[in-house]
Amino acid sequence: MFGMFDIYLLEALLSGLLLGGVFALLALGLNLVFGVIDVVWICYAELIMLGMYGMYFLYVTYHLPFLLAALICIGGVGVLGVALHLLVIQPLLGTAPINQLLATGGVLFFLQSAATVLFGIDFRNLGIRLPVLDFAGMYISYARLLAFAAALAGMVALYLFLARSYTGAAIRAIAQDRQIMPLMGVDTRRIYLITSLIGGALAGLASCLLVLQYDVQPFVGLTFGPITFLICVLGGLGNMLGGFLAAFLFAEIISVSGLYLDQEWGYVFGFAVFVVLMFIRPQGLLARRS
Amino acid sequence: MTRAVPWIAGAAALLLLPFVYREAYPLHIIVLILIWSFAYTSWSIMGCFGLTSLGHGGFMGIGAYVTALLWNYLHVSPWLGIWVAMLAAAAAAVLVGYPCFRMRITGHYFALLTLALSAIVLQVVTATRDITGGSLGYTPERYHGGSSLYAVQFIDKETWYLIALGVWAGGLAIRYAVGRSMLRYALEAIAEDEDAASAAGVHVTREKLKITLLSAMMTAFAGALYCQYQMFISPDTVSGVSVSLQMVFAAVVGGLYVPLGPTVGAAITILMAETLRISFGTGAVGWDNLVYGTLLVLFIIFLPQGLLGSVQERLSARR
Repeated sequence: MFGMFDIYLLEALLSGLLLGGVFALLALGLNLVFGVIDVVWICYAELIMLGMYGMYFLYVTYHLPFLLAALICIGGVGVLGVALHLLVIQPLLGTAPINQLLATGGVLFFLQSAATVLFGIDFRNLGIRLPVLDFAGMYISYARLLAFAAALAGMVALYLFLARSYTGAAIRAIAQDRQIMPLMGVDTRRIYLITSLIGGALAGLASCLLVLQYDVQPFVGLTFGPITFLICVLGGLGNMLGGFLAAFLFAEIISVSGLYLDQEWGYVFGFAVFVVLMFIRPQGLLARRS
Repeated sequence: MTRAVPWIAGAAALLLLPFVYREAYPLHIIVLILIWSFAYTSWSIMGCFGLTSLGHGGFMGIGAYVTALLWNYLHVSPWLGIWVAMLAAAAAAVLVGYPCFRMRITGHYFALLTLALSAIVLQVVTATRDITGGSLGYTPERYHGGSSLYAVQFIDKETWYLIALGVWAGGLAIRYAVGRSMLRYALEAIAEDEDAASAAGVHVTREKLKITLLSAMMTAFAGALYCQYQMFISPDTVSGVSVSLQMVFAAVVGGLYVPLGPTVGAAITILMAETLRISFGTGAVGWDNLVYGTLLVLFIIFLPQGLLGSVQERLSARR
């Protein structure tokens, strides 16, 4: 009896860990953009939705190999990120921050309905059925394992880029002090564009991984959009390490409470924990007390 | 005295409208516009002080579902149920608002934190599908199949028009009253600079909580009213992040800082959606929001004062 219970719990914990990898990747792009440009892309999940459609069409309609399709997708969503910055964020940089948030909210509606108009509301999937691994009596979804690995790889790549390259150093510097960097000879506009490109590309990477687990439809962004924002807030907006921890915390809560109750209750419980944690650590998990 | 004449004439015209003009469909649209105008006005009374809440979809959902559930399961008349719903929304507002204000969470953080509230309400309604009908929606039971004052159910559009008109006017009156109160000065000071306001003796947390409670309870009322009028609610139409964004958008498009702005926003957005729906039929799925989203981005970039706000600014500049 207890043996059975333990293995289910362990399985839930493990799949929570894998889910956490994907959440962490989702939060990473948003956090990067927020930390550097000080803008919240409310439409972040909708960029991912477009990327998922891109994957669907490249893979199913044009029969490209999965990896090539994924590369095109990552690049394509990266370019979308740049377009978003140039068309919507740049004209609003000097105004109240809430305006930028609302404008990207308008983009959210735009992208959702553009997808509805263009692709209809059918649920589509790639038709790839990845096997389920049987590991010591536990069932682990291969798609999640792959997503976890790719998410980790993406994060390590971003870390190396930020830590080692000159541009990465400039990006980190801008995130620390927005006013002083132009005086140091850093071209803010260029850094913002690069950041938007990377933020979009991370969304593209996420879309390649999520398309293996979710059916694509215009409103798919709503299934993981809100949770991404909560993770970022819980980790402290712009704080990448905090977001990383918060992602795993959230994923475990959802996964483990989904074991005992319905999936929705997992989310409800996750949100409730979020509200309680905000009482205790309002500026994010890792914030230093000022 | 002469200045009051157009106001009285306008009020009389609005009151008499359903008795002169009896087309059911346009009246239905006008009732919807009035109810949503009230909801948008409720959002704007805190929104205009820089408190951008994305949690109002949650308050509206609480208002609608609590009233309907009390009626169906416990046979509590909406006359009482609406009050319970408003208290429930107030409790939710305190639960989210108090820590936010206490910990000085503003701007982005506030918007995203309140967004969590909308998401929670949506998920709870979906998760308790055995009770609430989940995403399929929910219908309050008809009271003996007809109109009833006790059940706040009316078949004819004229009654609903007058109710909605009254509620809408009440919303404007509340906004007007807030605009003339000390609360407004306190909140404007807070919006300018929280530390300075606090140093000048403004109790920041308490003042913010006051306006949030007022706004949340009005929004819950709007949700209950919408439910009684439509006799059908679903999580997507009265709660969730989309409804919250819709409120913000209508207020911004109409003009956040002018009293009639949210009303203009509601009229524009609802009329646009209906026109598109009629002219494109089922092919219009998505088109209304496409135009809506584009307009919103353009408005925020080029007309941040909103339509009515910009018009009024032009007019007063010319004078």
